[in-house]
Amino acid sequence: MNIHEYQGKALLKANGVPVLEGVHCTNVEAAVAAYDHLGSKVVAVKSQIHAGGRGKGTLYHPETRAHVMDGGVKIAFSKEEVTTYAENILGNLLVTIQTGEEGKIVNNLYVEAGCDIAHEYYLAILVDRENKSVLIMASTEGGMDIEHVAETTPEKIHKISVDPNAGLLGYQKRDLGLALGLTGAAHKAFAKALTSMYGMFVSSDCAMLEINPLVRTADDEIVALDAKVSFDENAEFRHKTWDDLRDLSEEEDVEIRAKETGLSYVKLDGNIGCLVNGAGLAMATMDVIKLYGGEPANFLDVGGGANEEQVKTAFSIILEDPNVKGILVNIFGGIMRCDIIARGVIAATEALSLDVPLVVRLAGTNVDEGKAILAQSTLNIHPADDLADGAQKIVELIGGGN
Amino acid sequence: MAIWIEEDAKVLVQGITGKQGMFHADKMVEYGTHIVGGCTPGKGGQTVELQGKPFPVWDSMFDAIEATDADATVIYVPPPFAAEAIMEAADAFDTVKGEGVVVCITEGIPTLDMVKAVAFVENRPGVRLIGPNCPGIITPGESGGAKIGIMPGHIHAKGRIGIVSKSGTLTYEAVAQTMSIDEGQSTCVGIGGDPVNGTGFIECLAAFQADPQTEAIVMIGEIGGNAEQEAAAWAAENVTKPIVGFVAGATAPPGKRMGHAGAIISGGKGTAEEKFAAFEAAGIACAKDPSELGAVLLEALKAAGLR
Repeated sequence: MNIHEYQGKALLKANGVPVLEGVHCTNVEAAVAAYDHLGSKVVAVKSQIHAGGRGKGTLYHPETRAHVMDGGVKIAFSKEEVTTYAENILGNLLVTIQTGEEGKIVNNLYVEAGCDIAHEYYLAILVDRENKSVLIMASTEGGMDIEHVAETTPEKIHKISVDPNAGLLGYQKRDLGLALGLTGAAHKAFAKALTSMYGMFVSSDCAMLEINPLVRTADDEIVALDAKVSFDENAEFRHKTWDDLRDLSEEEDVEIRAKETGLSYVKLDGNIGCLVNGAGLAMATMDVIKLYGGEPANFLDVGGGANEEQVKTAFSIILEDPNVKGILVNIFGGIMRCDIIARGVIAATEALSLDVPLVVRLAGTNVDEGKAILAQSTLNIHPADDLADGAQKIVELIGGGN
Repeated sequence: MAIWIEEDAKVLVQGITGKQGMFHADKMVEYGTHIVGGCTPGKGGQTVELQGKPFPVWDSMFDAIEATDADATVIYVPPPFAAEAIMEAADAFDTVKGEGVVVCITEGIPTLDMVKAVAFVENRPGVRLIGPNCPGIITPGESGGAKIGIMPGHIHAKGRIGIVSKSGTLTYEAVAQTMSIDEGQSTCVGIGGDPVNGTGFIECLAAFQADPQTEAIVMIGEIGGNAEQEAAAWAAENVTKPIVGFVAGATAPPGKRMGHAGAIISGGKGTAEEKFAAFEAAGIACAKDPSELGAVLLEALKAAGLR
């Protein structure tokens, strides 16, 4: 789960990490008032969307797609500039390297005081899958695309791995600070900020905490100038505040609804809907559709113990996508019995008066009963023997690939 | 032989009085798994009826292992308490007998809880953690065997193919594929789809290589991380038995979590393409479609003079 920069900064501040003063706004008047309130000669007017590359992004009119302004993050030196930038940003479409062509409508703005930057650093905390521990990455090359730095000058990226039993140790903070070339007051400030950031990462169950840039000011203070924070959704049960931080307009509505009913759904661009049990098999089903010349319309895992109702919900979610020209059901019954799935499929196709070709492949527990139920039905259901057979049939039934 | 779990292994069930725990404990007993009881804090002294027979429940894993000399435990505890259940089991096995296998089925455990739990288990070298977010481990026997998890027992048969996989139903698919060419399984291990887990591919490959019953290996990976690449490189140096592989997620879009918490392509890394290439570079025979695993395995067995 991702949150906005302004929310991430509030969290950083609450955890004792220095951030600049800023105001979250949703309209132009509030942005202008924020400028007056901050009393800073220079402010940053920052688009708030859940995607990176905002500074280098481009704003377009949401309907006409007319070009509005280059840059989703602007530095303003006057009230007039704040007004212009806020008008150009709010309600318009921001396209960045991470949003894809369709871009994202900007509904939130962050107006932040300026500061005197001496140097920009990069800092990130994340879970290192390979070492099964928390990893802290830092670089003197802040404000840049870190993947580019990792490729061209890997020696400029410094890493420390935190032992889960010992926690973040003093020497690790000192060493990292020195590796970044920090001395004196700035070195001390860095160690203090890092302690706070690591504390926040753990106590807030973050999946990722990225500060790019983390800056040293002319006064040798260390300040988080940006904040990209995401949470580990598995830990939601112990963070009641996450509900308030969630910006539903940033998430696919249908994916949220699927999740609420215990389904895992990801929309794709193809035209063959898939309904599968198990994440690995659901991915494999998409892959095999593609292998036989089709294009999957979605990833959908109904889980290990889906019932008739969930199968029905799954069908209706698949059919919401107007691109869907056919559906492939692929179930390997373990806990889930094939006869129950077969009944669920029939009930769903009747209730939703399904009018696209449907191929059903069943295997595993009670497979014979399941197949018999489908065979007895008068509905237009095409049985398949295995995944390859199922994929070939559905591709053929919709008249080949795209 | 088989790996880690013998056919007659004595198994405890943590969370045995819960709905999931009881349902699957019953299925395990039905399959022939030697269940010796379970553990649910606060319910010690009670019994649970599985397949018409009573099984004892203990309050603590220490008491349960002392009383039963169990070899393994399987965890069906909800996510908020699962990491602690893993650590309790690891501590108890280590203290009471110095060894044991902990299988965690639970899906949805916070990642930082697992970071802590995995470090805790690694400090107890006699204890092996399998999972979480996995179907478990099964060693099919002549009649029955040891099924520790949620997989459908009846699709398996004792044999010489070792299977290791990140995914549940895709493992069943692989099992069915071995059966389609009249091959059974030595042991099938689901290592789970979470970003931070216990036993990994390499440990499974090493155990299969050392196991006299296992003559060939099927390895199923998925997008996310680089465990498959590392395992392939390791196998090229250390495994002489034929390996057949598949990786799910060739069509998965980057940056999207595909069901499993760990199944995500981030920063362009962890793609299926990358993993297939690593498999091929290591001499692993790849199926591009899981329905072809049987045929690819048959070829590999023939090439190795095993058919």
